[in-house]
Amino acid sequence: MSIADRLKQSLFRFGVDHEQPIVLTRRRIFIMPTASGLLFAAVLFVMLLGAINYDLALGHALVFLLAGIGLVAMIHTFRNLFALRITPGRAEPVFAGELARFTVHLENTHRQARCALEFAFGKNEAVSISVAAAGQASVDVPCLAPRRGRLDPGRITLSTPYPLGFFRAWSTPHPPFSCLVYPQPIAAPLPPPGAAAHDGQRDGEQGEEDFTGLRLRRPSDSPRHIAWKAVARDIDHRPLLVKEFAGGAAPELWLDWSSTPADSGIETRLSLLAGWVLAAEQSGAPYGLRLPGLALEPDHGDAQRDACLEALALYDEH
Amino acid sequence: MTNTKSAPLDPGAIPWLLAAALATAAPHAAHLPLWLSLSVGAALLGRAWLWRTGSPLPPRWLLMLVALTGVAAIGWQFRTLLGRDSGVALIVFFMAMKPLEMRTRRDSTALVMLGFFLLLTHYFYSQSIITGLWLLAATTLLVATLIRLHGGGQPVRVIARDAALLLAQSLPLMLILFFLFPRIAGPLWGLPQDAHSGFSGLSDRMSPGSLNRLIESGAIAFRVEFAGELPPQTSLYWRGPVLDDYDGLTWSAPPSGARPPATAPVIESRGKSYHYVSTLEANNQRWLLALDLPLERPAGSMLARRFETLAREPLRARARFAFSSAPDFVANRDEDPALLQQSLRLPAQLNPRSRQLAQNWRAQFASPQEISDQALRFFAQHDFVYTLRPPLLGQNAVDDFLFATRRGFCEHYASAYVVLMRAAGVPARVVTGYQGGEQNPVDGYLTVRQSDAHAWAEIWIAGRGWRRIDPTASVAPSRIERGIDAALPANDPLPALLRIDSDWLRELRNHYEAANNRWNQWVLGYNPQRQRELLSRLGLTDPDWRSMSAALATLCALALVAIATLCQRQRATPAQRSWRRFCTRLARLGVARNEWEGPLAFAARVAREKPPLAALCFEAASLFAQLHYGSGTPAQLQGLKDCTRRLPSSWRKIR
Repeated sequence: MSIADRLKQSLFRFGVDHEQPIVLTRRRIFIMPTASGLLFAAVLFVMLLGAINYDLALGHALVFLLAGIGLVAMIHTFRNLFALRITPGRAEPVFAGELARFTVHLENTHRQARCALEFAFGKNEAVSISVAAAGQASVDVPCLAPRRGRLDPGRITLSTPYPLGFFRAWSTPHPPFSCLVYPQPIAAPLPPPGAAAHDGQRDGEQGEEDFTGLRLRRPSDSPRHIAWKAVARDIDHRPLLVKEFAGGAAPELWLDWSSTPADSGIETRLSLLAGWVLAAEQSGAPYGLRLPGLALEPDHGDAQRDACLEALALYDEH
Repeated sequence: MTNTKSAPLDPGAIPWLLAAALATAAPHAAHLPLWLSLSVGAALLGRAWLWRTGSPLPPRWLLMLVALTGVAAIGWQFRTLLGRDSGVALIVFFMAMKPLEMRTRRDSTALVMLGFFLLLTHYFYSQSIITGLWLLAATTLLVATLIRLHGGGQPVRVIARDAALLLAQSLPLMLILFFLFPRIAGPLWGLPQDAHSGFSGLSDRMSPGSLNRLIESGAIAFRVEFAGELPPQTSLYWRGPVLDDYDGLTWSAPPSGARPPATAPVIESRGKSYHYVSTLEANNQRWLLALDLPLERPAGSMLARRFETLAREPLRARARFAFSSAPDFVANRDEDPALLQQSLRLPAQLNPRSRQLAQNWRAQFASPQEISDQALRFFAQHDFVYTLRPPLLGQNAVDDFLFATRRGFCEHYASAYVVLMRAAGVPARVVTGYQGGEQNPVDGYLTVRQSDAHAWAEIWIAGRGWRRIDPTASVAPSRIERGIDAALPANDPLPALLRIDSDWLRELRNHYEAANNRWNQWVLGYNPQRQRELLSRLGLTDPDWRSMSAALATLCALALVAIATLCQRQRATPAQRSWRRFCTRLARLGVARNEWEGPLAFAARVAREKPPLAALCFEAASLFAQLHYGSGTPAQLQGLKDCTRRLPSSWRKIR
């Protein structure tokens, strides 16, 4: 291990902080002057030269007062983070591509308010919050969820320029955050009820009288049945759809892995299933989900939807 | 880390920024051209109006046009852009223009920095206590503006409190830096032409009326701190320029006077000598106004051949000088004959009656001393009047004065006396300077004002040397004994400050001037020399910049640690204090609370260990829990305090 790595490890050695609440101790807080702090220092230097040159006693006093203010501001900036207690809250599941919002609970045991605490995950947008003296507050910190699965946003950067903006103190605690990210749903027509019940049956032999909806195109489908209008609406993100015609009774609705096109990727198939879950939930009818090695009995309601989406989110996760 | 550079400006911060711009720019209106002050006011008002109505800012090209016009106008007004005053005008102008193009937080931070810089420029014009206090107020406002910019919209009261706290905490650091930061004597580079202007004081010429203009000013010329007791008032003669050349109208100092003498003057003390430190106001002259006559002078000064103490450079800033002087002296028993010759010259044709009178005395009296005594008797026995409003004199000024008008003040008496002496063949010359001074009972300093300006005479007597003669004393002894306000008739013009009759006003003035003096001594007059004095008094003998920097860094670090500790100290709430007191009392009874024990858990343990105390402990613990974790009432706090009181004072009583 190189010296730099060792140094890095001793400085930033905190792994995931399982102990809660996380208390921001001295070792967790870093502080550096900002650009405006450096500008302030430069202005002070020029002012000092002016005061010396014109022999201005009060000019000296002013420069020294401002220098004192700068140094005291450093303490205040540090203190604005020091001994803050952080407890990670839960994050509502989101669909891939959306912003996950991780709730952070803050507790201020100081008798002074803490202002302008900025929270951010990596390059994500920062949110700012103040905590009253001896008060508590919660803040939702956004983080982009690009993929389905469990999202670990990593370290949270908590920083503050308060009070004067001459210094920025920051800390990067790593609370055990986790957010369930559902596959990005593809809005697609539901498969025919019961269609998947008889596994192995060719679906292309259905009647052509009653239009029942749209489904994904399979290589065996006739080009005449492709729903060009539906495709044109969102040509980049949708696989080709074909019109489906059927008649007969409606058996129970199974959203089946095997009824998704086998030649598309796993993620597309999961997205399609997620879209079906949403559509099925909206239709109000009970539905079940069947994935390789997993089946959820038909039901409906928010619990069923969430269970289905969670199963999709966590399917075959590496 | 987040990027704050492009953070847009919170509109709520705009009034703060405008107030900061106004506070830093407004006092400059006193010396800026009116049109500039008006445009600055208009720009700030306009910005305030844009904020009120939520209108967009003017386009950039328009601002650029206005800015260029403004810069050109300032250049035209001051005939330069590089001088001190034009520089100040430019900064004030930019301070007013900047708010019109303020869009981001970064812009407004730049405005605050400009404000800090603008504060400094006020001290070109005034460094009084008032200006110093205003420095604190304006700095507080600028700091509050920064807090508003970075802390968001808190109540004004909170922002003001935080800014004041920040300032109060930085004051110790300021004091440390002010007194210990290694001071460098300026200037570092050439100052612009307009850097020095407007001094008043003595000059090397005395023509009728030149001195009474000075006398009418109540301004302070210098202050003196004596090491021991003060010399008697009648020997407080502060020696300024010595005037040896007379053209019938004007007395002037010979040009050669400022050159170092060929042989060092010999001055012996005949009585007590006094040590003192004198703080001279800047007067743009070289005379150091030592007490007549100086035995020891500050290093770097020179004793001229007529005993004036001269600095190397004209005094451009207030400075301190240490002397020791002998009011009763023998000086130059052996004088350069050429110099004596110069002290006998008179314009040939003028003042025939005076010359005749002096010739008679010369025939009548044997010694110069007797002639001088006769001259003083002449002043005392005739009806001479001391007044600052003498009638005009003709071409034979001394004749007119001695035989006709007989009204005048020190310059008339000194001038007439010296003319008489010279006409009688006694080497004589006019000495100008200050006489007297007033001791401030508050700080013990002797204050000498411009109104104490005085002119007296010196004659040379073989074997005795130069001797000080003050003819004014023969006419108006009270001028010498009690000062000018006692000597003058009540209707003569004098600054109101000198004519204070009421005691409390005088006391107020004394306090004000003593405060001003401390301010001058310790704030304005704090220079490298003063710093060395202070450091050697603190035990740092012969400090160089290395030891000073080390001391400075150590003290600053200590102060910062102290402030940080103060900041982090958790002040306990009243409920916590009461609960702690309760627990301390319980500990004395034998049950000590552990640091990690909650109130109710502790009460349960007490109930197990000391059952008789159970009820009281549960009551106290639940009261504290409600106060601390819920929203307690004052009654509950009182209840908690009562619990402490109800605890038995010793364990025996429980059983």
